[in-house]
Order: sequence, then structure tokens, then C-alpha cells
Amino acid sequence: MFIPHTDPERAQMLQTIGVKSLEELFKDVPEAYRYPQLNLPPALSEMEAIAQATSLSQANEHARELICFLGAGAYNHYIPAAVDMLLRRGEFYTAYTPYQPEISQGTLQAIFEYQSLITALTGMDISNASHYDGATATAEAGVMAYHYFRGRRNKIVVSPSVHPQYRATLKTYLAGYESLHIVGDEAEVDPLSTPDHLLNQLDVNTALVIVQHPDFFGRIFDYTALAKAAHEVGALVAVVVNPLSLGLLKPPGQFGADIVVGEGQPLGIPLSFGGPYLGIFATRSEYAHKISGRLVGETVDVAGNKGYVLTLTAREQHIKREKATSNICTNQGLMALASAIYLSLLGKSGLRKVAELCYQKAHYAAEEIGAIPGYSLCVNAPFFHEFVVCCPKDVAEVNEHLLEHGILGGYDLGRDYPSLRNHMLIAVTEMNTREEIDLLCEALQEVSHD
Amino acid sequence: MTEPTIYELSSPGRLGVRYPDPDVPLTPLPTEFVRDSLPLPELSEPDVIRHFTKLSTLNYSVDRGLYPLGSCTMKYNPKVNEEAARLPGFALTHPLQPEETVQGNLALMYELQEWLKEISGFAGVSLQPAAGAQGEFTGVMIIRAYHKSRGDTKRTKILIPDSAHGTNPATSAMSGYQVVNLPTDSNGNVDLDALKNVLDDQVAGLMLTNPNTLGLFDVNVVEVNRLVHEAGGLVYGDGANLNALLGIARPGDLGFDVMHFNLHKTFSTPHGGGGPGSGPVAVAKHLVDFLPGPIVDIVEEGTEEEPPLYGFCMPAKSIGRVKSFFGHFGVMVRAYVYISMHGPEGLRSIAEHAVLNANYLLARLRKTYKIPYDRICMHEFVAEGRWEDAPGIRALDIAKRLIDYDFHPPTNYFPLIVHEALMIEPTETESKQTLDRFADALIKIAEEAHQSPELLKEAPHNTPVRRLDEVKAAKDLVLCCWIPENQ
Repeated sequence: MFIPHTDPERAQMLQTIGVKSLEELFKDVPEAYRYPQLNLPPALSEMEAIAQATSLSQANEHARELICFLGAGAYNHYIPAAVDMLLRRGEFYTAYTPYQPEISQGTLQAIFEYQSLITALTGMDISNASHYDGATATAEAGVMAYHYFRGRRNKIVVSPSVHPQYRATLKTYLAGYESLHIVGDEAEVDPLSTPDHLLNQLDVNTALVIVQHPDFFGRIFDYTALAKAAHEVGALVAVVVNPLSLGLLKPPGQFGADIVVGEGQPLGIPLSFGGPYLGIFATRSEYAHKISGRLVGETVDVAGNKGYVLTLTAREQHIKREKATSNICTNQGLMALASAIYLSLLGKSGLRKVAELCYQKAHYAAEEIGAIPGYSLCVNAPFFHEFVVCCPKDVAEVNEHLLEHGILGGYDLGRDYPSLRNHMLIAVTEMNTREEIDLLCEALQEVSHD
Repeated sequence: MTEPTIYELSSPGRLGVRYPDPDVPLTPLPTEFVRDSLPLPELSEPDVIRHFTKLSTLNYSVDRGLYPLGSCTMKYNPKVNEEAARLPGFALTHPLQPEETVQGNLALMYELQEWLKEISGFAGVSLQPAAGAQGEFTGVMIIRAYHKSRGDTKRTKILIPDSAHGTNPATSAMSGYQVVNLPTDSNGNVDLDALKNVLDDQVAGLMLTNPNTLGLFDVNVVEVNRLVHEAGGLVYGDGANLNALLGIARPGDLGFDVMHFNLHKTFSTPHGGGGPGSGPVAVAKHLVDFLPGPIVDIVEEGTEEEPPLYGFCMPAKSIGRVKSFFGHFGVMVRAYVYISMHGPEGLRSIAEHAVLNANYLLARLRKTYKIPYDRICMHEFVAEGRWEDAPGIRALDIAKRLIDYDFHPPTNYFPLIVHEALMIEPTETESKQTLDRFADALIKIAEEAHQSPELLKEAPHNTPVRRLDEVKAAKDLVLCCWIPENQ
């Protein structure tokens, strides 16, 4: 298997070390605690282990057996075969973070290209090498803003239409900064209110305003006025994006965003029950020294040839230790690579096409569902590929019925927003055919008749 | 050898993947929100495959050879793990599906939680943290929440040995703590007298890596933990070096209160060129309620015919979420398969052979390289990369010369308490032959350092690029390709 030692080799090695047995190597471990009996199942062979894993996997129903209309931060998109073929190259996935640039140019150039693609997509000047996911990238924007103002501004304004789990993560990340308050998403705020309601929260103590584009409910807003107001009081503006939507939509750079973060999963990364995903983080060049996470830069070698290295490392924990603003050591390397491959394959016309397919199919679905008696669309702004539907019954009950028809229904918004009980968030992607959308409508109609 | 960037390879009008036309009636686009230009490159599928295949050949990897990065545990990544993670039932499940449709995922996560508890000797596990650094952050926030829940608000300091990884102090600062450094004694253990001097009622906890970054098992660990507890503090165990302890000792039994695992080190999941990792956190009984969530539990006991019903639960006093959804599930699948293929004896064998390999290399190199803390080591050891009679030679030069011998260099310049440190961790998956070739290369390099130092200074010689100008990279910051405007 994975340990190559034969008995004679082991004996020779022990002799070279000058000990008689493997046990002698562990005499520093207090005897009373040495060699615990581990109550674990006995070892399986490879064929048994994969059979066991397969059997567990078959106890699930998945997004290709079911017709998937579930999104809410993780989306069922088509991933071209070339993406995974390249990810399976051991030269990529069994390498580590590029500490030795001379033998890591593959990883470094791929990250450099990833940074370039994200820069192009978001309309910002620079991108880092990625964070863990959309939630932690959002939290890192909060941390960056706090440090940018050296703790002198004690307020972060966040829209209730930012993904609930991102807001929760932001709160965990900032819990150690006791003077800092997060406002704007209090329980009494109408979650479907428009961005204007954040304007009166802005003041000279505001470090950062966080909004989402398209927002958690799929809606598209022009944040220009909000960004302008935020800049007037000296605050920074962070916009959480779905990068795939930027194949079609104006990038937040054009709204005046200072930081763009987002979940990179739609760019060629499988659903995989929520992870590993990809945290996008882009900003303006003046903040290059303020951002956390790895950065790859272009340079030359001693012979004058172009090459790539990790750069601005003086910001990072291994040099700054307790003065670093983040403890992140790596990035989401393989996932960043996946998205770079995906974006290279789709290119400018492919990404636009996928984004338009999502938009068109979602609008067809909304139109049809809105016409079913008992259901109403809860849409007060243009939307991309997700929309809110008010159902005649509890969403869990509706979804139970849909599941009987092989349909994975939308997200139950009541789980995060008490005022949105009976409201379902439906996502439609290029994967959904018209026939599937019609089936969804038929099944929804049956529920209202029960 | 250099490869053009995807923007340089781009040719207007090319397409790498085609999509069907819309099968629904069209809705007008919201023109005021539609972007005018999308400056992405345009390539065919063969262009993309060749480009990234060429890039891959510029990398060193575990699949190619020894990768002895200290404290990184670059062991072989079993291929069956990759197959398992890509099973459609895992890879295509949505994180927000109804729990009854993902019982297989929940069962896997529950069992992995149980196994990690058993391996580490702790009472509770959360699989949510995305990486080791995030596991550390989670652990320290748990310590913070614990003290706060008891109304103990005066604890503002975290103790950290001077041998610790940079993430430990960075984590403490992120969590709102002041860092107090602890010296290491002449044997490589925590200096007990210094510890006693700084322990008081302002100490929230100690972050301890054991075996430490010198590769040594702290012989006083039980006493260290007792002293911290006596002062009302908690002890965080950095699990970076757990590979040495599998089946040998359990951190929970040794008195640690909380620790993180690195599934990408100890449990063989691939490092992916810098991620994704996975950093589950385990805690002792008194901290179970503070774990980040949701975590998987049995909500309805099983019977002889029926398996139990699993569901997600939020611990009562949880510190909250540290990321979206439930953690790096795809990484968990790989670790689950790896543990299931080892069982209790197999896990112990991993630690034994990791420690055997490190001690063997240490024995072979002791006469050539100075070992500042020279005793039986665990899974790694630290050598000095300098000789008094080879002036000008630094650890960096040795590292770069190793590349000429087709080895990945060890970690260098860490831990900070050793001058010109070379931190070597071979892992259990390397054979005696590989270790011998590596030791021979290092011995030969020591000779070269004395006889022809320019060979080291100019190394590496045959790589796609030579030594790179890092000062220029930081000064003339270029972080993205030239992107054509008006596309």
C-alpha cells in the first residue's frame, strides 16, 4: 500500500539509528499515555473501502437524479469535461503552496492567470490568490476595513440581503474586535427592502458597507448612489458577487465598489455538498498592501526571463506573526485553478451565453410560476437567475411534494428570515430545460390544489 | 522555458465550449445593468488543455518525488480517495438539500467526527473549519467564548512558544488577544520556569504544538498543561504534527482542551497547490457546547433494520459559523476513505514509520549537518544549513541546490529559533532507497559547499526559471496579465 518498508529494510534503518525497536523511538511519550487502544473499525482493502464509500454515496439523492431548482449560494452548472481532466493531473493537485518558485511555475502562473481573470470579471485592479469561500472572503473584507481605519471606525453596515451565512461568518470573524458593531441587518428590517434603507446608517464611524450583487434574493440594483454616499463619509464599499452573473451584468467596479468578494463555486466547481469552494477577493490597487491572502506577482529571474513569485509576503503571518491582520497561509489553490480553466474554456462569449441562459430560463420560470393560482412572485427589482415566490403553504411541505416528483425545490427563506415564512427562493440555471420548468409548474399547481 | 499567458494565447472568435440555444421565450435584458465589455480571453479546448498541461509540467509534486517540507506532511495522496470524492452521490449533492435526501453524506460526516474523536481523545468535533489556520482561529475563539461564558473577562493574553508557527500569534491577535512569547529550553521543550513566571489570571490559554516544530515531543507536556489549567487557562493543541502521534498518544489524554486536525496533512488529502485543506476542531467535554456549527448528530436512533436518522444541530453556546455550509466535504470524503483503509493498527504504523524515516535521515546526516537539538526526534527534525568553514553558504543555497538533484527542498528559515534552519519531514510513504538518495544528495551538497560553493550560490541550474527577483516583484507590483481594453 502506502508504506513501502520491508522487514529487512526496517531492521537496517533501526540499526543505523542505533535503537532495537520502533517502540524505542517513542520513549519521550509518557508511558501512561502511550499506545492507546483505538476503537476504530478494522482496516479495509481498497476495493472494500471504495465499495463502502459508494454505498454511502448511493444513500443520497443528487442534483443530476433530481431536477434541481435549489441555489441560495451554491449552483448546479455544467462543468466542461476538460476542467476535471486537468485538475486530476498529479503535478497540480499533489503540489503544495509554491514556496520554491523555480519548481512551482505551473501553480504560480495559473494563480497569476486566475488573478487576471477575476480582475477582468469584477472590473477591479487586483485580485488575490483566493480565500476559502464567499463567506470568509466577505469576512476578510470586514477585517481589512477595520484595519484600514486602524480600528478608529467602529461600524460596519451590512444589507439583510447579503447571504445569511456570509453575515453569520462576518460576525464570528469580528467577534474579537469588541468595539466594532455590525448594523443594517437587524431582525426588524424588512429583508426585501431596497438599498436606500442603508443610507441613513452611514456616518463618519462607518468603516465599510456590504451589499450583494445580485443579492441573496437574486435582485439586481444599481449601487452607485449608495457607494457615492458611503464615499462621502469616507467609508469603503464591498460588493458580494456571483461571478457567473458578471458574464452579463455590469461589474461592481462600475458602481464604485472598493472591494469585490464572492463565491467562485459557479465557475466550474462541483456542488460537493458545500465545499471545497472558492473565495473571490478583488480590490483597487491602492489597497494592495492592505489585503490578506496570497498574491502572485510577475518578475524576472537572474537570466532576465519572465517568471512568477508569491509577493508582498511581508503582510503575512509567517513574517509579521501577531502583527499580521489575517492568519491565512495558503489559498484555495486547486479551486482557483478550476475556475481559471473554466473561464479560459468559456471565454468572453461562453460566459455571456451561460449567464444569458440562466437569465432567460429563470425569467420564463418566474413568469409561469407567477401565473399559478396560489403563488405570487415577490419581485420588486430586476433579477438574474433567482427569484422569490410566495407559496400557498409551508415551503417544507411544498418541497416534500416536489421531491415526490423528483424535483429538488427552492430554498426555504423562512429558515433565515422569520418574516419570509412560506417564501421560496428558486434558482434556474442553464442546466434546467423548459420541460423541467414546466414539470416544476405542474407539481407546484398540484400542491395548491391539495 | 516559459509558457505564454492565456491572454497572449487568445485569438478573437475562438470558443472552448458551446452551449445550446435558449429553449424558452426570450425576455428583454435589463439593458441598464448589462456590461459593455467582457475582457476574457478566447481559446479553443485544445488550446486550454495544452496550456494547462504545459503549466503542470513546470511543477514539482508528490507524485514526482520526495517533498520533505517540515510540518507540512507531504505524504503520498492515495488515488482511490480521488475516485471516492468524485462519486456523483457525493460530488453532485447540494448543501441545502433536505436532510433526508443526504443521509449518506451525513452518515459519513458523523462517522468521521466519531473517528477523529477516538483518534485524538476528545469529546466533540466540528468539521466546519476550512484549513488549519481557520481551525486555529476557531479553537482560540472557543477559548474566548468559554472564559466569557464564565464571566471571566480579565483574561487578555495567549502564551505562545518561540518555536511556534506564525499562524499561532496571528490567530491570537485576530481573536483579540495579546501575545506573550515563551522561550524554549536547551533540550527543545517549553521552558517550565519561564512558563510559571508568566502564568496568572490574565492568561486565557497556551497554544502548543506537540511534537513541536523542532520535531521533538515535549517531555513536560502533561506538566505544562496542568500548570496552565491550574492558572485557569486552557491549552490549544496545534495539530499540524499529529502524524507522529497516530495510535501513539492522544492529545485529549495529555490534557489539551482543544486542537485542530489538518486532514490535508495527517489524513493524506492532497494539498492542491495550496488548498483546499480542511481543519476540523476537536474539544474536551467542557467546550463541546461552543463548537462552530452546524454539526451532524443522530436525531433518531437506528434499529436492527433501519440505520439511524442523521441531522444537523447547532451546539448550545456555539461561537457561530466560520464559513458557509458545513466545511470542505470533498476533503472529508478523502480522509474518511483513508482512515477506513488503515484501522487502528494501520494508523499506528503510519506514525511509527514517519518517525522511523525522520530518525533514519537524522542518523545519516548528523555527522555532516549540525543538529541544534539532537535527540530522538518524532516525524521531523531541524538541521542548520551553515558551516563555519563554508562562509557565505546559507540554508537557502542548500535548498536551491537540492532542486538540481531533483528533490523538493525542506522548509527553510523556520522555526525561527534555529539559525539557517532546514526543517525536514520525510513522512512514512518514502522508502529507504529514496531517503538514502536524499541523504546522499545532502552530504554531497555539504562537500560542494566547501569545495565549489558557486554551485550552491547559482543553483538551481536546470529549472524552467532560475532564481527569481523577489524584490522587483514587490516593488514593480504586477499582479495580473495585460488585459486588452475595449474587448
